[in-house]
Amino acid sequence: MQEILQYLFSGITSGAIYAIIAVGLCLLYNSTELINFAHGEFVMLGAMGLVTLWVHCELPLPVAFVITVAGVSLFGLVFERFAIRTVKTPDPIVLVIITVGASILMRGGAMLIWGKDPMGTPTFTDLPPLELGGAMLLFQSVWILLAALVLCLALHLFFTRTLRGKAMAACAISRKAAWLAGIPAEGMILLSFMMSTGAGAVAGIFIAPVTMSSYDMGTMLGLKGFCAAMIGGLGSLWGALAGGFLLGILEAMGVGLVSSGLKDAVAFLLLLLILYVRPGGLFRATEAARF
Amino acid sequence: MIRTSITGPIARMAAILLAAALLIAPAASAADTYKIGGLFSSTGRASFLGDPEKKTMEMVVEAINAGGGIDGHMIEAIIYDTEGDPGKAVSGVNKLLHKDRVLAIVGPSTTPTTLAVISFAQKARVPLISCAAGIKITTPVKPWIFKTAQSDVLAVAAVYRKMKAEGVKSVGILTVANAFGESGRTQLLDQAKANGIEVARAESFGAKDTDMTAQLTKIRTANPDAIVCWGTNPGPAVVAKNAAQLKLTIPIYQSHGVASPKFIELAGPASEKMRLPTGKILVHELLDDSDPQKAVLASYVADYEKTYQMPVSGFGGYAYDAMRILEKALAGTNGDRKKLRDNIENLTGYVGTTGTFNFSASDHNGLGEDAFVMVEIKDGTWQVLH
Repeated sequence: MQEILQYLFSGITSGAIYAIIAVGLCLLYNSTELINFAHGEFVMLGAMGLVTLWVHCELPLPVAFVITVAGVSLFGLVFERFAIRTVKTPDPIVLVIITVGASILMRGGAMLIWGKDPMGTPTFTDLPPLELGGAMLLFQSVWILLAALVLCLALHLFFTRTLRGKAMAACAISRKAAWLAGIPAEGMILLSFMMSTGAGAVAGIFIAPVTMSSYDMGTMLGLKGFCAAMIGGLGSLWGALAGGFLLGILEAMGVGLVSSGLKDAVAFLLLLLILYVRPGGLFRATEAARF
Repeated sequence: MIRTSITGPIARMAAILLAAALLIAPAASAADTYKIGGLFSSTGRASFLGDPEKKTMEMVVEAINAGGGIDGHMIEAIIYDTEGDPGKAVSGVNKLLHKDRVLAIVGPSTTPTTLAVISFAQKARVPLISCAAGIKITTPVKPWIFKTAQSDVLAVAAVYRKMKAEGVKSVGILTVANAFGESGRTQLLDQAKANGIEVARAESFGAKDTDMTAQLTKIRTANPDAIVCWGTNPGPAVVAKNAAQLKLTIPIYQSHGVASPKFIELAGPASEKMRLPTGKILVHELLDDSDPQKAVLASYVADYEKTYQMPVSGFGGYAYDAMRILEKALAGTNGDRKKLRDNIENLTGYVGTTGTFNFSASDHNGLGEDAFVMVEIKDGTWQVLH
């Protein structure tokens, strides 16, 4: 029984990581219907920024946090302005390929700047792991969990309670109609890029102490985040959150109850089953589809 | 028209003759120098191996020449970069064999690049001393192929020897799912029985996984006396952190794949009390004065740091040993490759940076148990276990 609980905690640890990444992906999909395959790289930039500013430059953690998120959002702005908006025929497939290209470029750039060795980051709070029923949960996982929940809640409120959030949603539903209603669509898209990449940076900052940061960490994280978002039903923030946890817990149970060699196979098999039964994802079929 | 048709072939012939003369000329004038080829991954993914090896080879060549060469012959090093790519290694080896006509080759730096060039060196009957670790390079023995890096066979043997001395009866194995981990896993499973150790559970993890508590929990249920983790950074550092998180009290052994200060930096206090096998270069200052390698290591490290003004890496030593072995084996051969090969094969008792080499017709690596020492991490630094 204690083992099962530990597998569950292990799943929650990785699940929280996948969830917080999936939320950022969803945010962008919500307002542009675009999947950003460079999202994992923005997460990497967040982690690297934290390592540089907090560990190497010894800035206080909140200052390092703000500068990193602002810096990465700014990078997101540049990315949208110069790589996405300038495309003449913005077919979804063209834009997706651009994001894939951008991810390779960012990975290479990060390798040149930070080198190939992974870098460690201390945990935010120097507390011992939580012990619940004989199973251990790393305190940093609690931080990641909280960050994912707060991020989700804040975005939920933004999209449902603020005019700007509603305008963003309107742009996604129909850009033309939104334009007729006087909403500047381009500005909204720019803003959603900045928010999404900023959310990616937040994810990177919180997971850096657990995963360690290296230039190539983004690929795998981005893919797992994408999977999580798919399970939840792309576009649903809460779905992304739930999808992330589900994926993490399935993986951990796969290791514990089946075999560690088959870890990914077990998780992905179950995912296929879920998508077969509910092609739209867990939260997509009903009203939850949009926010 | 007619004139050109007459002068055409003559001009061409003259050009060919001239080219031939040019080709022969350096060969004739270079008869006094011994040409040694080098193939290293000086750039690219495996540059952490190839770069110190290239620098070391250049340094040793200079030292040999400054000392008057070998039997009066100066040495000329011709080094190509493989970029860690087997395809580039093959074109490099062909240049060395057919254009530069070297006497012997040092390198390549990695196992895949070495395996790619072996057949070429064999066919051309040129001795090649690889700096890579893979056991397939010298098993089965190929007449012209040698290597100076330790195989993981010896690393696993060192770990099990220590465990046996500590009375460990069963182990849990946790290996990374890549070539390094798979090779370690095979060796760990193969050698367990002979050492009277039972493998209680064998688990694996992905190279980019972020949490290994599930695997560790599963191993814990099998209740082994010790855990062996076989991987390269950052996976083993995550394992160390997760083990501390789970408050595991059983001793944990790591592989030589994390034998660098980077591991201690990544795992932090969680790395305390971890044990691992390492080449002696990492801990050369801590070795007993009675250790025959201590003097060799000290002089290599001092020379390297003086020449390049940077700290020595654990890998340049493979090229150092290869060059010194060639130096010894070349003496009295007058540039005969067959004699050179025989001399390498018969070389025994050479004390190098990696270990004491005793080559034979059945062992082209020549290293024994002394190639690895066991160390324990204590207070953020290494401590040699005896």
